[in-house]
Amino acid sequence: MSDHAPVTDWVHDFDHTDPRWTENPYPIWDELRATSPLIHTERYLGCYMPTTYEAVKQISYDTEHFSSRRVVVRDVRPEVLPSPPITSDPPEHKPAKQLLLPPFTPDAVKKLEPRVRAICNELIDEFIEDRGCDIAGSYSKHIPVRTIANMLGIPEADSDRFIKWIHQILELGIKDQAILMQAVQEMTLYFVDQIEHRRQHPTDDLISTLMNARDKNGQPLSDAHVQGSLRLLLIAGIDTTWSAIGASLWHLAKTPEDRERLVAEPELLPTAVEEFLRAYSPVTMAREVMKETAISGCPVKPGNMVLLSFPAANRDPAVFPDADKVVIDRKQNPHAAFGLGIHRCVGSNLARMEMTVAIEEWLKRIPHFRLDPAGKVIWSEGTVRGPRLLPVLFGKPS
Amino acid sequence: MSGKLKVHVDQDRCQGHARCKSLAPELFELDRFGNAHEIGDGTVPAGLEDKAWLAQANCPEIAIEVTEE
Repeated sequence: MSDHAPVTDWVHDFDHTDPRWTENPYPIWDELRATSPLIHTERYLGCYMPTTYEAVKQISYDTEHFSSRRVVVRDVRPEVLPSPPITSDPPEHKPAKQLLLPPFTPDAVKKLEPRVRAICNELIDEFIEDRGCDIAGSYSKHIPVRTIANMLGIPEADSDRFIKWIHQILELGIKDQAILMQAVQEMTLYFVDQIEHRRQHPTDDLISTLMNARDKNGQPLSDAHVQGSLRLLLIAGIDTTWSAIGASLWHLAKTPEDRERLVAEPELLPTAVEEFLRAYSPVTMAREVMKETAISGCPVKPGNMVLLSFPAANRDPAVFPDADKVVIDRKQNPHAAFGLGIHRCVGSNLARMEMTVAIEEWLKRIPHFRLDPAGKVIWSEGTVRGPRLLPVLFGKPS
Repeated sequence: MSGKLKVHVDQDRCQGHARCKSLAPELFELDRFGNAHEIGDGTVPAGLEDKAWLAQANCPEIAIEVTEE
């Protein structure tokens, strides 16, 4: 597919898949925020980006002008593919979301904690004798995929297949529609099979929750709804948390003071996790403009997408003093890493648990580690940002 | 010192981020959907005032009211 022309004017022609954004987006966002609360590009068939926390919040709360029917900014606008509730607007949104909330409360998620701890240690066992590892490929990648597989009731052994589909849908599929559609088709067939199996042998996992759900008329959900929600749960549960765990460990690898402090004060970890979520928020969403309006005084026209950058909002100095510093004991941190308003991430409690356990278990067994000076950290492109290659060396430098 | 503090969760604003529950478990509880409300009538026991303010400051939806009697 066509590669994008490099950006020369970020203010009038931004591109979130430009290699410089991928490598280090924060200075770019600072430049954009200093210019305007809302900027626009003709790329992606027309797309706005709010640069302030206030503008992101306004858009998130305004479901009338900003629809969730499309939540990924792409070069093309294929037929709308529903994945309830992320692609749902009111009034469909609430019942679709309510169905999924009970399995993801903090108490429900706590039951998975022993399994997550075991997964982390099984993974560490594989490389602890080596001089180092790729944290992304050997650790952070596997934790969320095996955890969500557990919740869905699908085999952890199929993990590699899920990871491949996500890469195709969220990264390659931004510029290549054929790849996007093929991945969606393969996932659909996979879940059709899983659903059929459960008709013969009922279970009580997340797939069953969706199969057993009834709408307000007592009718089962449509196949499209069930498939869309399963696709969402698998995609949303993986790349996102993988990125958050990876970015947190990247920070600790290159910041010995913070690493040493967390080892000495493990009770600080929950506060540190919130700061990692703020400073390295992995997820950017999108909206489609349905009606003309204004945001922070800037006119907004229908037919455009909006890159709803929670990560950029979380770096807004108007809300967060020292926004560009990672302060692991930050007391006031109302960050928007999990979104704002009705689309607050269903998996937020699960993500927090996975992050906390993943970092905790790592620090218990590998308290000293650093970035490998002979290696290079590579970040994912596009809508979810996290390290996909993170080479580290164990132990203190000699 | 001034009178008692009381906390209250605005149910229209709460979206279930659960920050309040995490920071001040003595003051907030979550329903089966993960949405928060104040425990009892929201009276903040002596010594927990800091937690009430912390919970308010960390709610991304600004759903927590802290009032002084």
